[in-house]
Amino acid sequence: MTRTLLRGSGAALAVLLAAVWAFPVYWMINTSFQTPGSINRLTPTFFPTHGTLGNYTAVLADNSFLAGLGMSVTITALVLVVCVAFATLASFAIARFRFRSRGAFVLAIIIVQMLPAEAMFIAQYKMLASANLLNSVLGVSIIYLAMVVPFTTWMLRGFVAGVPVDLEEAAMIDGCTRMGAFRRITFPLLAPGLVASGVFAFVQVWNEFALASIILTENEKATLPLWLRDFAQTSNLGVTEWGQVMAGSVLVAIPVIVFFMIVQGRMAQGLVGGAVKG
Amino acid sequence: MTTPAPAPDTVGTEPAHPQTPAPTRSRRPRRSKLPLWLILPAVGTLLVGLAYPVTWQIINSFKEYGLAQQFGQPAEFVGLQNYIALLTDSVFWTIAIRSVVFMALTALITMAIGILMALLMKAVPTWSRIVLQVAMLLAWSMPIVAQMTVANWLIDDRNGVVNYALSLIPGVDMVGHNWLVEPLSFFGVAMTIIVWASVPFVAFSVYAGLTQVSEEVLEAAQLDGAGRAQTLRLIIMPIIRPVLVILLLLQLIWDLRVFAQIQLLQDFGAGGERYDLLGTYIYGLGIGQSQFGMASAAAMVVMVLTIAVSWGYVRSMLKEDQES
Repeated sequence: MTRTLLRGSGAALAVLLAAVWAFPVYWMINTSFQTPGSINRLTPTFFPTHGTLGNYTAVLADNSFLAGLGMSVTITALVLVVCVAFATLASFAIARFRFRSRGAFVLAIIIVQMLPAEAMFIAQYKMLASANLLNSVLGVSIIYLAMVVPFTTWMLRGFVAGVPVDLEEAAMIDGCTRMGAFRRITFPLLAPGLVASGVFAFVQVWNEFALASIILTENEKATLPLWLRDFAQTSNLGVTEWGQVMAGSVLVAIPVIVFFMIVQGRMAQGLVGGAVKG
Repeated sequence: MTTPAPAPDTVGTEPAHPQTPAPTRSRRPRRSKLPLWLILPAVGTLLVGLAYPVTWQIINSFKEYGLAQQFGQPAEFVGLQNYIALLTDSVFWTIAIRSVVFMALTALITMAIGILMALLMKAVPTWSRIVLQVAMLLAWSMPIVAQMTVANWLIDDRNGVVNYALSLIPGVDMVGHNWLVEPLSFFGVAMTIIVWASVPFVAFSVYAGLTQVSEEVLEAAQLDGAGRAQTLRLIIMPIIRPVLVILLLLQLIWDLRVFAQIQLLQDFGAGGERYDLLGTYIYGLGIGQSQFGMASAAAMVVMVLTIAVSWGYVRSMLKEDQES
């Protein structure tokens, strides 16, 4: 009797906590469908029953949003492709070979993940300034690449190690070169790993705000996070258009939420994977 | 597979004496250059994107590098002067201590709530657990800029739902209250948002750890007469301790380096050093005032602090590498 009561109140508590955690997301979506009239009422409107798509059409028609989308897509795609290529090669090296500088390389990619990006901005800014790469896709992409390659390599290493080396050896006996065996046998089996680590890289680059705010200072070079910040601050005669700002937030968040759902099972594993086994 | 012998050059077959090749490895060169070529692109990226800037930073933290140098004057080595100036500056100390307190509080609160959530997820019926998990996944996947923008709307002084809800309490009128003016309230808001965004990761990880505690062990404890509290303290906690340690380390590292959240809150609300943590302070020194020498020295302090905190995590990762 008390047991069922306990379980019941536990369930109630879980639902309550779920409501607390989901509320900001719900409120973002709710507001994004409201007219300025219902937003500015002193009593909030809790359900978008008389909703409008006007906020979304306004944002999508905004040239600076489209420019931001273009920048974000370009940078993310460029970094993602190069990062996955570099990381795959490096993960093959550290998962399959024991070579002299391996230890140093592994140590480097672990330590680099711990370096606070916030403590390197100034130096990266100065470097790009002296190379005339401020406000350029190339400049910001180089830094992003250095930011995501270590973790992607580390994550892919596990996936490569998970493919039995025997398969590659069999292919080599059949006449493949070492690289040929990797390309034909192991690489196709890495698909889940490539998706998972690719999504991680995607989320990091797509969301990145701090470095972009320092390096991409020209308005037409703003990525979506920068666009959203500026958009939220440009008030119309002192009144922020919260409906449109929330519609913008939804549009920035949607790709991330979708990709997050794809790899959610691996999110926790990636970072604390080995801890439980030991 | 008939031959258990490892492939040439593969894991664990590093010859102690390269001069005497084992007969099985004669098919290919003993010390293949291949792995070096494979890591070359990654190494190149790290050299350009990280090693070069960090080296520049270390060197310039020992130089006089301000506005004058920005306009062409040579930057001169001044030894430890930047560090001394920094460490004798009460503003720096105030902000450094504030950052460390903020880091510790945020990380501990996140851990406490995350652990309790994980225990709750273990105890409740499946349907309510899934409801909670979906909600947390939603919160977790919000981009930082979207988080901050929404938070700013929630606490909007006039039409924000937080002020509205608080004003429903009899005798309380919060309409028009600006949460970002009073520094303590400013950091309270920042902490709430960061905890909200970080709890899901902790809860999911601890829950994953809890599911690995075997039923037999728990049954055995029960048979031996252990109560619920005792089982939790004496059986479950020690088993998931390694996960908790790593999670706490990661939280500390991440909470020490909060920059975007604070910067965005300052953009929305008020700026100034009363609202600074180390990240925004360095940014202000470097980008704002062009004091690159001082900013580099401050950045080095943060870097050393982070490495000190994260050393345990690095060691556990290295261990994982050696075991695989």
